[in-house]
Amino acid sequence: MIRDTSAPAAPAHPLPVLLPFRLTAPQRRFPPLRLTLLHALGIVGLGLLIAGGAHAQAGVNQLSAFGVIIKWFPLLMSGFLFNILISVLSMALGTVAGVGLGLASISLSTPLRRIAWGLTQFFRNAPWLVLLFFAMFMIPFEFRIFGVTIPFPDWVKAVIGFALPVMANMSEIVRGAVGSLPSGQWEAAESLAFSRRQTMWMIILPQCLKRMLPPWMNLYTLVTMATVQASIVGVTEMLTLIAQVHAAEGGRPDLLAPLYGFAMLCFFIYCYPIELWTRRLERRFHLHQ
Amino acid sequence: MDLVADWFRHLYDTTGINLTIVYDPYDRQRFLSGLGMTIYLSVVSIIISTIIGAIGAWAQGSPARAIRAFVNGFVVLFRNTPPLVQIFFFYFGLGQILPRVENDDGMMVQMISNVQWAIISLSLFAGAYNVEIFRSGIEAVPRTTTEAAEALGYTRLGVYRHVLLPLALRICLPALNNNLVNLLKTTTLAYAIAVPETLYVSKQIWNDSQNVPVMMTVLLIVYTALVGILVYIMNRWERFLSIPGYGQGAAR
Repeated sequence: MIRDTSAPAAPAHPLPVLLPFRLTAPQRRFPPLRLTLLHALGIVGLGLLIAGGAHAQAGVNQLSAFGVIIKWFPLLMSGFLFNILISVLSMALGTVAGVGLGLASISLSTPLRRIAWGLTQFFRNAPWLVLLFFAMFMIPFEFRIFGVTIPFPDWVKAVIGFALPVMANMSEIVRGAVGSLPSGQWEAAESLAFSRRQTMWMIILPQCLKRMLPPWMNLYTLVTMATVQASIVGVTEMLTLIAQVHAAEGGRPDLLAPLYGFAMLCFFIYCYPIELWTRRLERRFHLHQ
Repeated sequence: MDLVADWFRHLYDTTGINLTIVYDPYDRQRFLSGLGMTIYLSVVSIIISTIIGAIGAWAQGSPARAIRAFVNGFVVLFRNTPPLVQIFFFYFGLGQILPRVENDDGMMVQMISNVQWAIISLSLFAGAYNVEIFRSGIEAVPRTTTEAAEALGYTRLGVYRHVLLPLALRICLPALNNNLVNLLKTTTLAYAIAVPETLYVSKQIWNDSQNVPVMMTVLLIVYTALVGILVYIMNRWERFLSIPGYGQGAAR
């Protein structure tokens, strides 16, 4: 029997070791833009279908669900814009506080680090809605400083309530980004006689920005989607307005699905592009590292 | 028991810390049932959402384009809309359209109760994230492993069940862990459709007893403890499932 020795002994593929786990693998099958249009159309279609069904049931002098949404569109949009305002403000507040907390959690002083760690874990593990209640009930409705009364309306308290979990998550993002840099960066800076503060601000943090951006954007979409919870504690935003519109139209039960579907569509149109953009950034930064 | 109750009454008289859930049997019963409801919601949604994740990730690798598009659409839609609006859409929107049925007492009630709607919407919400997590796990399993299993005569389902899923599950457990903690925290949203879970009963208790700061602290401690227990269980499971010689699994 002739043995074929010319065949290569090495396997055609590398050894079957497990590949690194990546949560945001690129989607190969569908180009992003087409997915957006496809799904937006799908939701609109679903909404129209339900609206059409509702229209068939509705009497002669009743508006169809679609008509109701068109009629109240400006009001509902103002509610949605208010949601976005809350999300932007709480994100700004939470980011500033979170960067501070994150820097404290990598400080050289042990007590400071412990306190920062405790605060981060505490606010990260509490549900957002509980923290919102916490802010609503624990913050007084007005502050009195040197005879000047500063009013604290409900929505400002809601902003603070959302900023608390943002702060904790931001702190983890900062800590994670700083920890992910190779320690050679610190050593190189030290050998160039940079002080710790200089190293942090001039060498470490600028490099971290790139790593922090995708999770930060992800956090922003989470905050935006959480802002509707403010309606539970009595802030007039989109969901509250939807309930009012529903009542104004005579409280017809068939109107609720299209109205809430419309709210879902608004948030989808706002959040989905941010998610796509986040993925693109992640992919790009991953390649360059 | 009486001694403990007396001590907490004494605590209230001397310091003003009013823990009615300890010394008042009615409040205690309410609070415990609320805690039970939170645990029930979490456990059932965790199980259903994990199943949705596993099945969805399998369907995503299907040769049929329509199935893939459907799963992708589901994931994208549920990840990018607020969970509270999803719950409202299901409970108020769809719940109103469904026909009403007669219950044992002869009352006309909704076909699916608020607890069931909460479970459905929470499972779908967390399931959408789980599909993504399982898919990432599956993508981390090398193609050669799948090919080897196919060469041994496994069907597509067989490859998935016996080869891909066990490996993928082990790889994606940390991410799954994160998402399930998130799901546990999201169960508080069931408050909005009057499911008597921990937050809901706590609000009833603080409305009755006027002890908002105390109950708020209790609430935060309870959720921190629940999350801690879940993380502990998941970490134990992770260690139990760890693959020898991969990651830190061999060291332990």
